[in-house]
Amino acid sequence: MTDEVISIKEGIWSKLYYGKTLPILTMVLGILVLWYGGAVYLNADFLISNYERKNVEWSAEKLVNDAWAMERPILPAPHQIAVELNKTVFQKKITSKRSLVFHAWITTSATLLGFAFGSLLGILLAVGIVHVQTLDRSLMPWVIASQTIPILAIAPMIIVVLGNIGLTGTIPKSIISMYLCFFPITIGMVKGLRSPDVLQMDLMRTYSASASQIFWKLRVPASVPYLFASLKVAVAISLVGAIVGELPTGAVAGIGARLLSGSYYGQTIQIWSALVVASVLGMLLVYIVSVTEKIVLGRMGGRA
Amino acid sequence: MTTSNKPVIDIEKLNLIFETPDAPVHALNDINLQINSGDFVSFIGPSGCGKTTLMRVIADLETPTDGHITVNGMSPKEAREQRAYGYVFQAPALYPWRNVQKNVMLPLQIMGLSKDEQMERVKKNLALVNLEGFEKKFPWQLSGGMQQRVSIARALSVEPDLLLMDEPFGALDEITRDHLNEQLLRLWDQTKKTVVFVTHSIPESVFLSSKIVVMSPRPGKIIDIIDCNLPRDRTLDIRESPEFLKIAHRVREGLRAGHSYDD
Repeated sequence: MTDEVISIKEGIWSKLYYGKTLPILTMVLGILVLWYGGAVYLNADFLISNYERKNVEWSAEKLVNDAWAMERPILPAPHQIAVELNKTVFQKKITSKRSLVFHAWITTSATLLGFAFGSLLGILLAVGIVHVQTLDRSLMPWVIASQTIPILAIAPMIIVVLGNIGLTGTIPKSIISMYLCFFPITIGMVKGLRSPDVLQMDLMRTYSASASQIFWKLRVPASVPYLFASLKVAVAISLVGAIVGELPTGAVAGIGARLLSGSYYGQTIQIWSALVVASVLGMLLVYIVSVTEKIVLGRMGGRA
Repeated sequence: MTTSNKPVIDIEKLNLIFETPDAPVHALNDINLQINSGDFVSFIGPSGCGKTTLMRVIADLETPTDGHITVNGMSPKEAREQRAYGYVFQAPALYPWRNVQKNVMLPLQIMGLSKDEQMERVKKNLALVNLEGFEKKFPWQLSGGMQQRVSIARALSVEPDLLLMDEPFGALDEITRDHLNEQLLRLWDQTKKTVVFVTHSIPESVFLSSKIVVMSPRPGKIIDIIDCNLPRDRTLDIRESPEFLKIAHRVREGLRAGHSYDD
């Protein structure tokens, strides 16, 4: 039976059948159907009361068509978002304030800076926790406590405090980003740096290796797979951190700013297109980390 | 080769008690043992008889509770710090992110040898275990037997006079094990090193050793020390000879006397 399965695995149709494409397409189709249906359902009430108020003749067909073409719908139809995305991503110059690429870049720069800070902080904390027993006991509870505070509550404080000492713009946003993303890196790196087994440690002892030799030649390489697992989580939540950091500042640029202004004026289409850009950006960032991971682990003898 | 009068390893009245939550475990009880330069000494006994623990004491991976031990006339700690021995573990313990060459280089990098010296030693020792041409392979690309040979090359590359081997072939199939036993014997003959070898295989211990230390469990102690003077250039065929069987019989007797076969 397995022979047959292998032999059919040629050609476009079998690729569709055995690959990931078909399942993903099916999911997309299902979501689209639900979405269009949901758009009619959610927007219908407003439209119907409007028709009645203006004494307009209406049929189901007219209702559906109108529900998918409203200017400020409760739930915009996918194609409306696509049109808006086309307009704001491709038709505008990327330096324009109406370009989503421009806003995405503002948020990305804060994300990347926060991700860099967070990675550095996370790794340093992990190194300290693994090597100094006092830090293990004193620091870890604080690291965990830091994550129990809702970021939405603390973000405005950080902005205000930093604004007071003259830091505005990208830095405060990236600090909020860092605040969120150092945590998975610390947790992952502590585990990774402690991952060498007794045998691997004993081996170092028989060579009477120094602590720094054990660190660089054993602990660090052993922690790399753990680091990348953490980085993938961290880069995604750095983006969340950067967007959240834009909300309480009344920022005029960035994806968060688009979300905020969209909600002020009931521009749901604008909100949704900003959300799409944010999720594409998130996927892109995670993808970049994954590719880097593949390359690095490949060089370290990982099974391709 | 010149055999100095001083034994390489000298153990007197050595005890080791592990403190565990429920009751202290007497892992080694009143061990007395001398190992001379150029000896191939096997520790044999059932699981839990302390043979690995005794080896770990020699390597300064465990600290004895009381008694006296010297390695090369020093304390085990000093001997370890001078890298007086090479240790081969039960598992190959290769670092998966290093290829064969880099794995063998690991102790040499730690010792801070020059690049040229490192390359030279890697080449020499991989040749000794018949692994030329595998320098760039990663551990997962090798069979279990090859991995263990890499770990032997790694231990040899330190160029110690003393080789400590803890059931190095325990996880391998019998065919591979026979083959590696022959290689190891040739290596011992060529390099004139002192070897301490932990095993639970009677034929393996008789085939390899010049001296067999029979141990028994609870508490771990030495039952018998058997001299085994088969010719150094022995081959696997010797295992059918009467002398071989006689020594194997005596080892088995020793194990029985130590209640190793009791339920």
